[in-house]
Amino acid sequence: MFKLLVLMLAATATFAGEPSPERQSTLRNMLNHDCGACHGLTLKGGLGPALLPDALAGKPDDLLISTILNGRPGTAMPPWQPFMNRDEAAWLVGILRKPETKP
Amino acid sequence: MTKLLPFLAFLLSFNALAELRATGDLGIVIEREDGNALIINTTEHKRLAKIEKLGDLSHASVVFSRDQRYAYVFGRDGGLTKIDMLKDAIDKRIIQAGNSIGGAISQDGKLIAVSNYTPGGVKVFSSDTLELVADIPSDYGDGLRSKVVGLVDAPGQRFVFSLFDAGEIWMADFKNPKSPVMKKFPNIGKQPYDALMSPDGHYYIAGLFGEPGLALLDLWNTEAGVKRILPDYGKDDEKLPVYKMPHLEGWAVAGDYVFAPAIGQHKVLVIDKKTWELHDTIAVAGQPVFVMARPDARQVWVNFAFPDNNQLQVIDVKDLSLHKTLSPGKGVLHMEFTPRGEQVWVALRDDNQLVVYDTDTLQEITRLPANKPNGIFFSSRAHKIGL
Repeated sequence: MFKLLVLMLAATATFAGEPSPERQSTLRNMLNHDCGACHGLTLKGGLGPALLPDALAGKPDDLLISTILNGRPGTAMPPWQPFMNRDEAAWLVGILRKPETKP
Repeated sequence: MTKLLPFLAFLLSFNALAELRATGDLGIVIEREDGNALIINTTEHKRLAKIEKLGDLSHASVVFSRDQRYAYVFGRDGGLTKIDMLKDAIDKRIIQAGNSIGGAISQDGKLIAVSNYTPGGVKVFSSDTLELVADIPSDYGDGLRSKVVGLVDAPGQRFVFSLFDAGEIWMADFKNPKSPVMKKFPNIGKQPYDALMSPDGHYYIAGLFGEPGLALLDLWNTEAGVKRILPDYGKDDEKLPVYKMPHLEGWAVAGDYVFAPAIGQHKVLVIDKKTWELHDTIAVAGQPVFVMARPDARQVWVNFAFPDNNQLQVIDVKDLSLHKTLSPGKGVLHMEFTPRGEQVWVALRDDNQLVVYDTDTLQEITRLPANKPNGIFFSSRAHKIGL
């Protein structure tokens, strides 16, 4: 039992900030459909710019996370802060950088 | 074998006879994630066929040939697919650009125009063969190319469209398809995001994202240029975030009024069609996306951007009031009225369903399965200007 507890704690520590599987699927759905409405289902871009790894290369995580959370004034990019927290935005940035992990 | 042939021919003709199908009450439903188009029968509420492998349909639209046999599907990835609704099959398919947003069919039905983001511009094809007829790059400024939105057909064998990045409206006269005559209207406002044609082909209106108001082109008097409507509306109000760009495709004109989505406000604008001034605003549940009049214009139906996209609201045009709020399910993306408006079909993306309402009683009639449906297009569009 003690061993299990340690294991669980370790697991929690390792995945600190990682959204629950259920939440991950909601976020992926959001990425595909709500982000995809402007950036394209394949994230090649539409009214909004492409979000493929090449396009994001060189842009620091913090910038991307803050763009997701706060939007970009003067453009059509809205703030998604009401619908996700910083860890979730960071997780999405991770997904964007590694498209092969996308469903 | 020679004896067999007439017999086979007979069998085939019999087969063709058995499958006689009228197309005037058919429709196409787009399954965005799978890249499929469903052919549906709107009278029988039936799925007839699934046409697969149409590419990225995350933003797709459809126009119909005037004989209502063919549906032309415009895909996000630049795909243009001609579907034969008699044979349940793809007749022709091309990839004509890298990233596109919509299309239109010409007045005479012979030309298909597609508006593209990348490379920006409009390409025009033969509706018969899908061979390229004309290429109109959306050049502006110093070597820039604009994304093109709001492409519609107009009387006089013309196409009209808007340049998102350039803030221009262009009109292309295709009476001679080999050498189209262009007329350009610059400085129409910042970031036109979509546009519509009035059902009588008289007015072209582009919605502006980058500044308040709309841009109006009177096609009966193009010499007068583009006029700005409601330039001051909401100027000093704080804009709410817009989680999905509104669409202007379903021009909602009812009597003397035009209904349009406000941008960054949870309101429907009611514009007086005689003066082009604001008559009223109607508070609604969220950022309106589609604001569509029932064909008889007694009702206006409104759906909403995320996170209010589980609702539908019905406005009673008689007294410009909210008549009813419906909660059909998750991800209400699009709706389409039957030709005379007794029913409306609604796409529920996140519930993987289509729901059909009686527009009189507002009761649900039936539901059909569809995987992540986003657009519903009925063949009756074939005979409507601007659709």
